[in-house]
Amino acid sequence: MDQASVIINRLSESFLINCRLFALTLLFSLPLGLLIAFGSMSRFKPVRWLMRAFVWVIRGTPLMLQLIIMFYGPGLLGMSIAWPNGDAGRFTAATVAFVINYACYYSEIYRGGIESIPKGQYEAGQVLGMTKAQIFFKVTLLQVVKRIIPPVGNEVMSLVKDTSLARIIANKEIIMMAGEYSSKGLIWPLFATGIYFLIFIGVLTILFDYLEKKLSYFRT
Amino acid sequence: MAILEVKNLGKFFGTLQVLREINFSLEKGEIIVIIGASGSGKTTLLRCLNFLERPDKGSIIVNDEIIFDAENPATQKENEVRKKRLHFGLVFQNFNLFPQYTALQNVTLAAEMLAKERFDYKQNKKAILREIQDNGEKLLAQVGLTDKLNSYPHQISGGQQQRVAIARALALEPDILCFDEPTSALDPELIGEVLNVIRNLADRHTTMIIVTHEMNFARDVADRIIFMDEGIIVEQGTPQMIFENPREERTKQFLTRYSENKDFSPY
Repeated sequence: MDQASVIINRLSESFLINCRLFALTLLFSLPLGLLIAFGSMSRFKPVRWLMRAFVWVIRGTPLMLQLIIMFYGPGLLGMSIAWPNGDAGRFTAATVAFVINYACYYSEIYRGGIESIPKGQYEAGQVLGMTKAQIFFKVTLLQVVKRIIPPVGNEVMSLVKDTSLARIIANKEIIMMAGEYSSKGLIWPLFATGIYFLIFIGVLTILFDYLEKKLSYFRT
Repeated sequence: MAILEVKNLGKFFGTLQVLREINFSLEKGEIIVIIGASGSGKTTLLRCLNFLERPDKGSIIVNDEIIFDAENPATQKENEVRKKRLHFGLVFQNFNLFPQYTALQNVTLAAEMLAKERFDYKQNKKAILREIQDNGEKLLAQVGLTDKLNSYPHQISGGQQQRVAIARALALEPDILCFDEPTSALDPELIGEVLNVIRNLADRHTTMIIVTHEMNFARDVADRIIFMDEGIIVEQGTPQMIFENPREERTKQFLTRYSENKDFSPY
């Protein structure tokens, strides 16, 4: 194999780390965000304040800092539950930090979406004898989904690019890999890396456009 | 026998008393129209009857059953309230149709949800759902929307949306159908079609409580007019009594202001 295809292979392998981190973060942060959203809208004030304070801290500090604290924190604090050894530990720590961070951003999007549904929709459901769960699932949920697709799309695309931050705790993701080549004097792998991201974002753009179109049969 | 009795109903918003000692009763098949200036408590009264607001005082009795008593928390349990409110139907000023459902689905949704609680739902699922569908189509035909069964709310006019909302309220066969200014959000040319639907219901002796600013309609359709001001029932009686010989000064003022149509805003 010539040098170029070797490099492409290694870039592709390292991009898989970005993809795995992306997929796992979405998988856990989307539902976790909903829980946090409900917490931050709770009628029970302590829960509400706790959740809002938590969201403030997570959104108010850099994800990079959270990654570092997540990975080194337990060990430095002398806790016994340190991360597994080696790459698995680095990746797990990164995933946990990403999930928490993104769940907080999603929670605010959900909250905005839920609170934007007119009160009349709930009242119409109530006077028709529907339960709270029925009103949520049958009446408001789809309207919320329709409203939050554009902002969620934004966050999802940010996430794709943010996965590269995982390098700060030595996860060998694609930019770190390309960086190693550039330090040996090769510049093109860095540009190639950009293309990986562009293609990924391109696919997501098409997907979110499709979702938006799917829900364009009604207006809220 | 009265189908509905409201006794000493009172409601505060903070320190503002919006309803004070509301007393009235309604016979089966009777139509009451409530008139009054904005802020007089008409809408709040309807919302109390539909359990969208919790009254602070008084009681509500339907068919001799006390369905709400401010003194008795046992009448205010969440899951029972859900069933009790089915005595009433409510048509909103702003329709509040569910935008992601077609006209027909708007009418059938709640009935389908309720059917799931029937003991024989599993065995007879198909027949039950078929019946709900048929009933929905029948109701939409009754309000003149046979050709709009599969239209979404944003595809039809405000008047048509309100007619769907009326069909939706009828679908659960409430004992008492309430209208909260059903034409106030409509363009003038669309008001007539909605009022006609309500007139048809009146001809069928549907028990109704209607809050409206359409005085001519009120006079036509009402068996009894209630005039409210500042949270109390100032005067009630037949349309003839209220419109031609009001006893109370406040009623006279309101009607004069209305007929002059000067500095009168329905909002």
